[in-house]
Amino acid sequence: MLYREAGEFRTSYPDDSQTFPIAFDKFRYYAILAVLFVGVPFIVNDYWANAVLVPVLVWSIAALGLNILTGYCGQISLGTGGFMAVGAYSCYKLMTAFPDLNVVFCIFLSGFVTALVGIVFGVPSLRIKGFYLAVATLAAQFFLVWLFNGVPWFYNYSASGQITVPERTVFGIAVTGPYTEPWAKYLICMFFVFVLAWLARNLTRSSVGRSWMAIRDMDIAAEIIGVNPLKAKLQAFAVSSFFVGISGALFFSVYLGAVEASEAFGINQSFLVLFMVIIGGLGSIFGSFAGAAFIVLLPVLLKNLLVGRLSWPTDIATNSEFIIVGALIIFFLIVEPHGLAHLARLFKEKLRLWPFPH
Amino acid sequence: MKLNVTVAALICSLAAPVAHADLVIPWLSYRTGPFSPSGIPAGDGFHDYFSLLNERDGGIGGVPINVIDCETAYNTQKGVECYESTKGQGSLLYQPLSTGITYQLIPKGTAEGIPIFSMGYGRTAAADGRYFPWVFNFPAHYWDGASIAIKHILDLNGGDIAGKKITLVHLNAAYGREPIPTLQALAEVHGFEVDFVPIDFASSQEQKSQWLDIRRKKPDYILMWGWGIMNAVAIQEAANIRYPMENFIGIWWSGSENDVLPAGERAHGYKALALHRPGKGAPIFDDLQEYVFDKGLAAGTGEHAGTVLYNRGAYGAMLTAEAIKTAQEIHGVAEITPAMMRDGLENLVMTEEKMAANGFPNFGPSFAVSCENHGGGGEAWIQQWDAHATEWKLITDLIQSDKELINRLVREDAEKYAAENNIEPRDC
Amino acid sequence: MVEQLLYAIEVSLNGLMTGILYSLVALGFVLIFKASGVFNYAQGIMVLFAALTLVGLQAGQVPFAHLINAVFGTRIYSFGWNLPAIAAIALSAMVMVVLAMAVEKFILKFLVHQEPVILFMATIGLAYFLEGFGELMWGGEIKPLDLPLPVGISDTIESATFERFGYGFFIDKLDIAAACVAAVLVLSLVLFFQYSKIGRALRAVADDHQAALSVGISLRYIWVVIWSIAGIVGLAAGIMWGAKSGVQFSLSLIALKALPVLMLGGFTSIPGAILGGIIIGVGEKLFDFFMNPIIGGATENWFAYMLALIFLVFRPQGLFGERIIERV
Repeated sequence: MLYREAGEFRTSYPDDSQTFPIAFDKFRYYAILAVLFVGVPFIVNDYWANAVLVPVLVWSIAALGLNILTGYCGQISLGTGGFMAVGAYSCYKLMTAFPDLNVVFCIFLSGFVTALVGIVFGVPSLRIKGFYLAVATLAAQFFLVWLFNGVPWFYNYSASGQITVPERTVFGIAVTGPYTEPWAKYLICMFFVFVLAWLARNLTRSSVGRSWMAIRDMDIAAEIIGVNPLKAKLQAFAVSSFFVGISGALFFSVYLGAVEASEAFGINQSFLVLFMVIIGGLGSIFGSFAGAAFIVLLPVLLKNLLVGRLSWPTDIATNSEFIIVGALIIFFLIVEPHGLAHLARLFKEKLRLWPFPH
Repeated sequence: MKLNVTVAALICSLAAPVAHADLVIPWLSYRTGPFSPSGIPAGDGFHDYFSLLNERDGGIGGVPINVIDCETAYNTQKGVECYESTKGQGSLLYQPLSTGITYQLIPKGTAEGIPIFSMGYGRTAAADGRYFPWVFNFPAHYWDGASIAIKHILDLNGGDIAGKKITLVHLNAAYGREPIPTLQALAEVHGFEVDFVPIDFASSQEQKSQWLDIRRKKPDYILMWGWGIMNAVAIQEAANIRYPMENFIGIWWSGSENDVLPAGERAHGYKALALHRPGKGAPIFDDLQEYVFDKGLAAGTGEHAGTVLYNRGAYGAMLTAEAIKTAQEIHGVAEITPAMMRDGLENLVMTEEKMAANGFPNFGPSFAVSCENHGGGGEAWIQQWDAHATEWKLITDLIQSDKELINRLVREDAEKYAAENNIEPRDC
Repeated sequence: MVEQLLYAIEVSLNGLMTGILYSLVALGFVLIFKASGVFNYAQGIMVLFAALTLVGLQAGQVPFAHLINAVFGTRIYSFGWNLPAIAAIALSAMVMVVLAMAVEKFILKFLVHQEPVILFMATIGLAYFLEGFGELMWGGEIKPLDLPLPVGISDTIESATFERFGYGFFIDKLDIAAACVAAVLVLSLVLFFQYSKIGRALRAVADDHQAALSVGISLRYIWVVIWSIAGIVGLAAGIMWGAKSGVQFSLSLIALKALPVLMLGGFTSIPGAILGGIIIGVGEKLFDFFMNPIIGGATENWFAYMLALIFLVFRPQGLFGERIIERV
């Protein structure tokens, strides 16, 4: 009824290959964007921004990045935490070295720095495959964190090795530092999410994206049909690291404000992003968002439910959170092994016929 | 429709719960996760003391205390979530009990006007109240700790440690690196050699190469800034290489029962700094038994009472309660605000009489906080582990840190922080 | 110079011992990967869970005491018994078998013929579950391991090497014990795989699920067996590592030290796990020994992975891994 193709006549190839070919879908997408950009900033408060929205957005970018590498190009990586650290530390160095440079550029530049690092650590992927590669990328994770911990230049020789973000503004409005308004924090993250998601969506359906998918499905076959595996894999590593670097820079500058390499960018974060990507759905832009939301929000939600509403003791509540999240992951897998994104696709299919399934 | 109701319910659950009209004190606990062995007793002590005040005295100044537990699992992001979700409920002050979370909360608390009380941890430079009006780390901070440990070594050697070799075994993180500048400065003053052995948290279960290195270099003394599983393994390895335990001195976070018990008898003689008295000797434990444990109000099992970290939690709670009383006296109101809480902390004078009146006679050092000095007097004891009696014993009087040197270092670091972040000092 | 050499030998010997301890953890991964192609992310948590169960049973702790007390307002913590070590170990092994059955019944059964990445994710769910479940069951406190294990420097070796070289070597008695346990475990596993009927069935399943099914081997039974064995190997690893630090949550981190071992030795080879462990152990210790003065300490973590990475570049499936044959 709401969601149907009847009456839509497409007369050119660009029409046919657009992201949202169905009018209702397109309308819904613009409506959501409008709410997110214009509506939410007026009602968001500190708690919603710092504990719910900003973390989801920042992790979504990281998940998008890893999804490009793992979901589209088929290379499993557990170096995400390390690459986020590269983004964060290069953002810090850029911000302190060039105080006049707009922070938005700093964040983009840190993405480029991370892309370079990503290419270097992507080289072994030409030889190593599957889970072996996953474990090999852990070398990047541990090495990078060790480097940021061990070389005082990276944290400007501060006594403790923590890096603290200086206050920066965009159009005269503070976006980093403790005096940032929640809506400014939210909007700057939203801006990056929007630009990057648009980029990711269009990259993955371009010839570059198709070469990644060819590599993912079978790299030897892809090579035979003329895809250069060196180029495709390193491209994927670069683009993915670019995304992850930006998410690391935002994680440090906007979300937390002060980080330390070993704690904020430890191995747990790498696993967390991988979980997001797998749970959300490999090779799906929407899946990256869904996975990030699932992993970030579910514990918060359960905590507020169990501790806030039901007044359970905190330790029992936390342990139960783990039990419930674990059980839910397994349950979802058994019901729908291809992640939340596939679940959403099935829902759409149903919606297409609703309410007249015949 | 049903789906909509569910979604609405879920969204409601995401929103933080709302306020009460008590003295609200959030406790960022970690009863789960890799540091739970330390977080459980500290949380029990903190809760039990306030339960005691509520039961025995009806709160502070007639206003009941509401301690809100928020579980962080020692995770910085969860700590931020906890801060955001509890600050709207009228929280008077935050005690994060984690260096990482403290660093997060220092700018946030300063911007929003909620004091941060990091008792014996956090950012050392915060002891300079001119630059950190909202942050307190009395009664002693890490740099005091380093100085006190060196003082103790000086005392053992008749005041001359020139040419001695001292090794610092530390966690390779912000917390572990804290004492390095102090030790380097002290090494210049006293002429000892100092050496640093970092240990990553991820590999703190396997410290063989570090301890083989120590075995070859044979340092005269070892200091340790460790946390969690690292402490237990380090003490075990030190015993393995037959390092004389009485020359092995840990900071107050490396000196709990958790750290020495896994090594059993072999940990006998290990020393650590003590911010407060260990054991169940103080009269407060009788009150706790009567008003809290016997009534079944204990936060945990009650079996941790008297352990080092339980006492630390209770001691921190006592200092907090005293600061609340001070604030109530200054402002003449019982239901204080975070800003008044800050005044209470800043004007806190901890005397022996006050401690004794609270049931903590001779439990911690006497000190006075001031506008300039948020770090307290910088005094601590040395405690030693008696593995036969399985208890910690204080073996020295209170040792005063080298305040002249430490204050200079603190001032320099605070000024550097202020320069980086454009902070103007207050007039004191 | 001679001294340096002696030190280096001492460091390598210790690395060797440590490496064997790593392989003990890696073995659990290998067993499950070999038989079911699942990279079991939960293995580290299983090590912790096994050790917690052992200590809890031995000290007579009431499982879920905290939960029971919170719900019913009771104050029970202990059964008040103290089991002998052997009984506690046997009981814990049984618990691990029950866990294996549960895993098969509630997870694996539904996921036959799924892609490896989905099975991997199921083990992530299992890890989350066990993490909460284990702590809820036994509490978050640290618990000293009360087993009659030898600990401390071995005097015999120290005095013998002192007489011979003028420098007494340090070897931990616990490491020697662990090496013996590992040797016995590996030997019995190899014999079991090679000569018992179940062992042959296991190898058949490892080779080809479908073919094994078609000759009448029950896949589900084999999975229970293999997860039980992995659980028991995890128990052994938990005992050895728990003896060093007490049993506490951080024990599960040890899985991270096992990953480079796995990758170097190959995911499918038991001797590979042992040899990989030794190479990693010796390599990381020697690197730290030589490079510490130059680039600073705490290098072990990343160097283990770098070393494995270097080996992998030459042998992409690990030293003993099965050759990857791809058909287009």
